[in-house]
Amino acid sequence: MSDYILEMNHITKEFSGVKALDDVNLKVERGEIHAICGENGAGKSTLMNVLSGVYPFGTYSGDVVYNGEINKCHSLRDSEKKGIVIIHQELALSPLLSVAENMFMGNERTSAKGVINWAATRQQAEEQLAKVGLTGIDVNKPVNTYGVGMQQLMEIGKALAKNVELLILDEPTAALNDEESKNLLDLMLGLKEQGITCIMISHKLNEIEYVADNITIIRDGKTIETLNKASGEVNEDRIIKGMVGRELSNRYPVREGVEIGETIFEVKNWNVFTPEDANKQRLKDINIHVRAGEVVGLAGLMGAGRTELAMSVFGHNYGQKISGQVFVHGQEVPTKTVTQCIDNKLAYVSEDRKTYGLILMQTIRENSVTAARKKYFSNHGVIKKNEEVIAAEEYKKKINIKATSIEQTAGSLSGGNQQKVVLAKWMLTQPDVLILDEPTRGIDVGAKYEIYCIINDLARAGKAVIVISSEMPEIIGTCDRAYVLNEGEIAGELNKEEITQERIMQCIMAHNRKNG
Amino acid sequence: MENKKTVNVDLKQYGMLFLLIVIYLIFAALTKGATLKPANINNLVMQNGYVVILAVGMLLCCLTGNVDLGVGSLVALTGAVCGIVMIDMGLNMWVAILLALLAGCASGVFVGFFVAYLGIPPFITTLATWLMWRGLTYTVLQAQTKGPFKEDFTFIGAGFLPTMKIPFGNGTLDLVSIIVAIVISVLVILAEFKGIATKKKYNLAQNPAWQLVAKDAVIIFLVFFVFFNLGRNAGIPFILVILAIIVGIYQFITANTVAGRQIYALGGNRKAADLSGIDTKKVFFWVYANSGLTAAIAGIVLASRNASATPKAGDGFEMDAIASCYIGGTAVAGGAGTIMGAVVGAFIMGVLNNGMSIFGWSTDIQKVVKGAVLLAAVTADLLSKRKKN
Repeated sequence: MSDYILEMNHITKEFSGVKALDDVNLKVERGEIHAICGENGAGKSTLMNVLSGVYPFGTYSGDVVYNGEINKCHSLRDSEKKGIVIIHQELALSPLLSVAENMFMGNERTSAKGVINWAATRQQAEEQLAKVGLTGIDVNKPVNTYGVGMQQLMEIGKALAKNVELLILDEPTAALNDEESKNLLDLMLGLKEQGITCIMISHKLNEIEYVADNITIIRDGKTIETLNKASGEVNEDRIIKGMVGRELSNRYPVREGVEIGETIFEVKNWNVFTPEDANKQRLKDINIHVRAGEVVGLAGLMGAGRTELAMSVFGHNYGQKISGQVFVHGQEVPTKTVTQCIDNKLAYVSEDRKTYGLILMQTIRENSVTAARKKYFSNHGVIKKNEEVIAAEEYKKKINIKATSIEQTAGSLSGGNQQKVVLAKWMLTQPDVLILDEPTRGIDVGAKYEIYCIINDLARAGKAVIVISSEMPEIIGTCDRAYVLNEGEIAGELNKEEITQERIMQCIMAHNRKNG
Repeated sequence: MENKKTVNVDLKQYGMLFLLIVIYLIFAALTKGATLKPANINNLVMQNGYVVILAVGMLLCCLTGNVDLGVGSLVALTGAVCGIVMIDMGLNMWVAILLALLAGCASGVFVGFFVAYLGIPPFITTLATWLMWRGLTYTVLQAQTKGPFKEDFTFIGAGFLPTMKIPFGNGTLDLVSIIVAIVISVLVILAEFKGIATKKKYNLAQNPAWQLVAKDAVIIFLVFFVFFNLGRNAGIPFILVILAIIVGIYQFITANTVAGRQIYALGGNRKAADLSGIDTKKVFFWVYANSGLTAAIAGIVLASRNASATPKAGDGFEMDAIASCYIGGTAVAGGAGTIMGAVVGAFIMGVLNNGMSIFGWSTDIQKVVKGAVLLAAVTADLLSKRKKN
């Protein structure tokens, strides 16, 4: 019988009635590297948060058995004491503090109680760094003097300093280049030799094939299967099938009576460099076009550069050294500022409605007119309040925003209704081209359907619509055509008949192979 | 579809007004009616004029989630400009007023440039102007008080509108004050009817009639109380006219103009405002430029009332203005707050000052009380909001 360090049995976790995890089972053997695969939103991160105590014992049902006993963690601290350490996708280092101080943050080396022993801190920091293969690091320098790849290794070193038994890595290579990734994967294999168990969440199937002993596939909050590498079950096709093998029922309203017209939106030779590093190219030679009445998807994995593309086009809100041209109705238009974009009939509904879309403390009416006010709802700078009220009421009815009145604050609405307010805000600017970034993220199925209906209405009205989505079924269900982005480049273009989850994944894999 | 929706008058909106009345009544009782005397009502208006003006400018800064610490020093500096122009250079008051306003705007533009276009935190930038303008004032005035100013200039801060006095009781009563009170009352009632009509038109929830009547009755009573007492004293102070104009203008700007609402959008969520096509840098710039202008107006009013320019003028006024905004219900993180709230907040501070002075408490104790009231008001406000969520 195998020796399991961790067994998660029948884990179910609900968020206000929506099941994020539904009867999930996961068994991890001592000393293995266990990969967890699944689409964005499949429930991987939720599962890891259950394990590490972010969602405390009692807020989920089912058992977490760790080292033979039921784990009742109430916080990250609890689980860390037991040797479970999670390293998140976003680095949890304090950028301006020294490497040494970061290594022992929350786990300080002290002489007397509460007095930091700096000598020991520095010396042991160097020891920890050596364990992860980092030598010659000046531990007195601030963390941000080192690159992301090194910082990722420092995070692992920090975890090792906590006597870790089970290390969880959430997309550890997402921000790394190939060489850094290879380093990190080899380090994981090294840790395995030392008897440390790793759970790794990753999208990169070649990496999983390289390091993982077992692979558990999660889809829609359920465990689909666990594949064993030793028994030869593991290959890309098999994993992809497991990840995407879901039936599509009529979750998407049919779009009828839409005439696809001429190309009204075009981006040509779009190149963008990252805001942090002027030498690192984020988007390379992107060319896309959208016709009137057409819904075009931008598919790709997280970090493929889809949002960056939209944000860099829309008011140059992302990146630097931006070059390329944008055409609306065949005319080249400037898009340097958001106002220019609005004037040229562009609209962008951001993926994060709470941070970038809404002013939560303000009313539905205020939010609805924020973008359109200057152009359509004022006269020499004085607001035409009555017309605002009429417009807000009209859209509340038209796209079915469920609220007691338009004077209700946006913060008090449900996610779906908040999203509708953001849509209303941009529809009121009377755009011809709408870029919808993750338009249904975090909203329930019913509201999703309504959003899809709005997309159909927009297409019917002859608008050009771009849908960015991490949920492949959504791209398939709503789009007439799709571009697949990968690592800042167009990896493929698929027509309506060609858009399948397999084809999208194949585009990504082929592109990865070409570049790797 | 005809549905009769009603909703209760939101008492919280008037909570601070109640607090103002309660504090006033407490001091009336403590001082055995001394604070109720007509001359004192007049003092309340005249003494708090500049704090109200500063609070109005400060509110815009607070709406962005920041403060302007430099306004107290700027009050002194613009006062000094008036002094130098009129006393040393012997020029007339219009030149002095113009130059003082220009100095205020220059300071505002200076702060606005650093805050908006160089991205220096407003706290730091205005801490710097707080120091610099105070030091500059002492330098240009050579640490001396300059005065006295002529009567045409002191009229701004200490003068009264023309009166029509009739004998009343053992004194006189100014009919102009009473007429103004009647006009205001009629306007309040007309505005209420207009509000009801608008709500009907858009089928919004109406307030129950008795609540509206009660609300307006209280407001009209307050108006008559104030103007009746002003009439018994010496008529309507000119400063009240300035206040009414400034408060009216800024109320309109913050509630009804694109520029005004952009300040709220910026304070509520800067990123969302940016992505909605609002030039948030420009908004920041104008908010701080404007703060310089209102500080200059306050500086002129204060110099006029004191009939002199002193280097110590306006010391600590920035704190009174900030406190007024927060007592008046402005969100500390920005994005919410009203001009009327700030005005009520300023008068709460004023009534406290006035009442405690008459009662004979030392200025030291007065500071303790004002601090406690500020803390209590903001705590109560935040806790009640937290409960609601």
